[in-house]
Amino acid sequence: MKQGLFQRLDLLWRIFKVFFKIGPSTFGGGYAMIATIEQEIVQKKGWMNEEEMGDMISVSGSAPGGVAVNSAAFIGYRLGGVAGALVAVIAITLPTFLIVFLLSYLSFMFKDHGKVQAALKGIHAAVVALIIVAAKKMWKTAILDAATLILAAVSLILLLFTGIHSFYLILGGPIIGILVVLFKQKRGMSVKTEKTRPEQHHELQFPEYYI
Amino acid sequence: MLWQLFIVFFKVGLISFGGGYAVITLIQREVSDKGWIGNTEFQEIVSLAGMAPGSIATNTATLIGYSEAGIFGAIAATLGIILPSLMIVILIAAFFLRLQGNRWVRSSFYGLRPIVTGLIIYAAIHFGLSGRTESWLSWSMAGMLLICGGCLLLVMKYKVHPFGVILLSAIAGIVLF
Repeated sequence: MKQGLFQRLDLLWRIFKVFFKIGPSTFGGGYAMIATIEQEIVQKKGWMNEEEMGDMISVSGSAPGGVAVNSAAFIGYRLGGVAGALVAVIAITLPTFLIVFLLSYLSFMFKDHGKVQAALKGIHAAVVALIIVAAKKMWKTAILDAATLILAAVSLILLLFTGIHSFYLILGGPIIGILVVLFKQKRGMSVKTEKTRPEQHHELQFPEYYI
Repeated sequence: MLWQLFIVFFKVGLISFGGGYAVITLIQREVSDKGWIGNTEFQEIVSLAGMAPGSIATNTATLIGYSEAGIFGAIAATLGIILPSLMIVILIAAFFLRLQGNRWVRSSFYGLRPIVTGLIIYAAIHFGLSGRTESWLSWSMAGMLLICGGCLLLVMKYKVHPFGVILLSAIAGIVLF
């Protein structure tokens, strides 16, 4: 029994170390990290195989939240149950958390310095650009036909002009999706609910959308 | 206060489909409704959040938590935004992995993805224009457009790493403004 506990703690410690190391590499969003995860988890440690990686990518991309945290939770759970998931998520978040602190401390110290303001303004423009890149990537997987195009346009218009809470849109999305698919099937039209991806392995792992 | 921070970000975390960018405007709305943080300050926080690794939404949560209630606030907000992801991923991994090919699930995502696209486009517009005090024809606005356009070119055409783009734009900001 003691041996078992020791092994368990050892496993949790190893999970912690791996994800703590991966954490800082999530600059610019979690998909940048998928390659690192593959290298560490599949190739170096042999903890998961390629097929499980595929499961992981699709689950972590479709669940709410950041891809990095979701991937960590998935792998941690597979390896060490709920405790494993918890440890992995803490480990991947901790480095970022500390870096954010350092940054906010530094910015507080130099807050009123004109050039710091200027740098932040420059970054503001860059963040807008990164959001546009994210939108473009999401667009590619989401807009498959006229119905999805209209859906995206209507939700954008509602957001811009009515101040609707995004919660209702997110809630409505799946309902409308199911209705549209049912309607189309009833009329004998075929619906493609997912983007058909090229068979290349690396294309499959490529960012569908950004964090 | 800690509990409030936790709850607000828990709600945000629960619906942050498509990663963090879609919920930036939601976070802004929640914190300004509560009277926590004004627009200019929010904009600075998001810029800072973009500089650190990790999800921009999570980093924003950490910074807002910190500015509202110190280190414990930061912890409460971060836990709040991460916990829903953790729970949902565990649930999926434990029970629903088989549902992946299910046609209801596929239809749901078929409808959800365009909406998330709309949310992200909205975030770009909203965040791009927020905190703007000058008129369209000003040096500051031109500089912003220049940097933004340059970043788009670097990321999309030359595949420059997002962090490189952030660093370059900080330098560009110092030079231009």
